Amino acid sequence: MILAYIQNFDGKLKKASFEIASYAAAIAKMANTEVLGIVLGQIPDDQLQKLSQYGVNKLVNVTSPNLEPFDPKVYTEAVAKIAENNQITGFVFINNNEGRAIAPRIAARFKAGIVSAVTQLPESVNPLTITKKVFTGKAFAKTIVKSDKFVITLFQNSYGLQEVPVDMTIEKIELDLPQPAITVIEKNVDISGKIPLTEAEIVVSGGRGMKGPEYWGPLEEFARLLGAATACSRPVADEGWRPASEHVGQTGKIIAPTVYFAFGISGAIQHIGGVSNSKYIVAVNIDKDAPIFEVADYGIVGDAHKILPELIEAVKKLKQSDS
Amino acid sequence: MKILVLISNVPDTTTKVKFKDNKFDTTGVQWIINPWDELALTRALELKKESNGKIEKVAVAMVAEKSAEPTIRKALAMGADEAYRIDTTAKDSYSTAAELAEALKDKDFDLIMAGLESSDYNGLSVGAMLAELLGINSVSAVSGLEFDGEKFIVKRDIEGGYEKLTVQTPFVAVVQKGIAIVPLIPNMRGIMMAKRKPIHVIPAKGVEPLIEMVEFELPKPKPPVKLVETAEELINLLHNEAKVI
Ligand SMILES: Cc1cc2nc3c(=O)[nH]c(=O)nc-3n(C[C@H](O)[C@H](O)[C@H](O)COP(=O)(O)OP(=O)(O)OC[C@H]3O[C@@H](n4cnc5c(N)ncnc54)[C@H](O)[C@@H]3O)c2cc1C
Ligand SMILES: Nc1ncnc2c1ncn2[C@@H]1O[C@H](COP(=O)(O)O)[C@@H](O)[C@H]1O
Repeated sequence: MILAYIQNFDGKLKKASFEIASYAAAIAKMANTEVLGIVLGQIPDDQLQKLSQYGVNKLVNVTSPNLEPFDPKVYTEAVAKIAENNQITGFVFINNNEGRAIAPRIAARFKAGIVSAVTQLPESVNPLTITKKVFTGKAFAKTIVKSDKFVITLFQNSYGLQEVPVDMTIEKIELDLPQPAITVIEKNVDISGKIPLTEAEIVVSGGRGMKGPEYWGPLEEFARLLGAATACSRPVADEGWRPASEHVGQTGKIIAPTVYFAFGISGAIQHIGGVSNSKYIVAVNIDKDAPIFEVADYGIVGDAHKILPELIEAVKKLKQSDS
Repeated sequence: MKILVLISNVPDTTTKVKFKDNKFDTTGVQWIINPWDELALTRALELKKESNGKIEKVAVAMVAEKSAEPTIRKALAMGADEAYRIDTTAKDSYSTAAELAEALKDKDFDLIMAGLESSDYNGLSVGAMLAELLGINSVSAVSGLEFDGEKFIVKRDIEGGYEKLTVQTPFVAVVQKGIAIVPLIPNMRGIMMAKRKPIHVIPAKGVEPLIEMVEFELPKPKPPVKLVETAEELINLLHNEAKVI
């Protein structure tokens, strides 16, 4: 079976949870086997039930008082215990903070070759052969896993959701797990309801060409109209024009939205390293020779301050004609 | 307290990547400390300096052949006290972590720092893997680290925010954005002192890799950008052609 690690977001399943189920289902099909989904921690049944739409054949929900706070060693123990009771040939995780904390530990535990941050399905499953980006996107490497088990982490948003309705069994297990070695002393979560950057389908981003923090109003309004998250280049975050959490690129967040809008961003290689997985890149830059146009799909050569209000009007018009 | 920082030797991030006989072509390549590891080391050295002697030592470890020693010297010049080099070519995350585990099992570091990923093969694995092989705790997504005189206070990123926490030592911290802002640049004195600092060479066990990269390809050139004149045209294209808004 293929074990899908389905992340429990405080009692809810999110797109990342269904995406990894969909991905596991496609691999299981290639390998002529089934998907074992594992969800750790308390979660309502109606949430779990949704996974039957995404190809999970058998779902195990593990509970234990020791699953709080998140301790990767304890979580690894839980996944390993479930895996040992089933015939697992492959493990799949989403390549986010939580997945990256556990997947390598599982790989070491089962002596399974790990291929990280892939953006596509394997070419074959026996032996597992899959292409991944290397040199931070400057090349691709066809990779073969030589061990009998494999671990894959999937780049978030790169596969998407595929509905595969199946009959799913749910098993609830209370496991005896070690005490967490982590004590949380402070927790700070943004409750503004803003879409997290790594999950957003559309991202609107500004660079030094925006001139200063006082010019961000139209950019934010454009983002709001599109239901987009906002981002920025590194110098913009370094200058304190925008919060550091918005900085994308090699040393910031790595994102893969459907559309990435770059206003006044030159397109330095380190910036592109963080956004090159976007399906479409749209650039507005005053300089027709800016490197951003080499990677962009659509663009306007012009002043962002003039074009943003016009874009806002155009979207409003579109929304009116659609409704 | 003793800190170990894992460092990997990678091509300078501006290197033009080329392949020859399906291997990375190293001709003319400048080698550097992997950027995340350089930031991890920077933070470790800052903490040692502020700790009033409570952090006695910051060491570095690398799995690499002898030709990587200039990169190790750079870490010593930044201020690391000593270095371990496990004498073999790094092949994949597993064999690298297993060699490190073998070499470190009798060394009593309280904190081992690793970077999020190496900028060459983007394995994203060695830190947490090493923790599992050593049977110790790990914290990933670490974006800040403090030392309160007795224990480490770790800041880690979580969905939509962060947590501050303590962990039973020894543990591995896998660091990412935020751990330090700019890397420490070695000064003349550091460079001179580095020449006398020890690099302990540890023979490798010869652990076999579990994955192999068999073929490399450069990205296909993208079709040229479609430039338009007006905002309205752009929105129409995104709506009707790309169908994304
Ligand atoms: C090791 C390392 C890591 C790095 N990591 C990152 C990273 O993670 N993310 C990142 O972003 N950068 C990173 N950088 C920095 C990167 O090299 C660039 O310096 C940075 O991305 C440039 O930011 P920018 O495009 O906002 O600014 P600039 O390069 O200054 O570009 C501004 C652009 O705005 C245009 N412009 C000016 N006025 C207007 C106007 N009125 N309307 C429209 N366009 C206008 C200009 O033509 C120009 O193209 C890193 C650098 C190093 C060395
Ligand atoms: N050859 C190596 N020697 C020592 N540490 C390494 C080596 N390769 C990777 N690491 C460490 O593991 C981190 C993640 O690397 P990787 O899993 O290769 O992406 C790096 O940032 C280093 O801290």
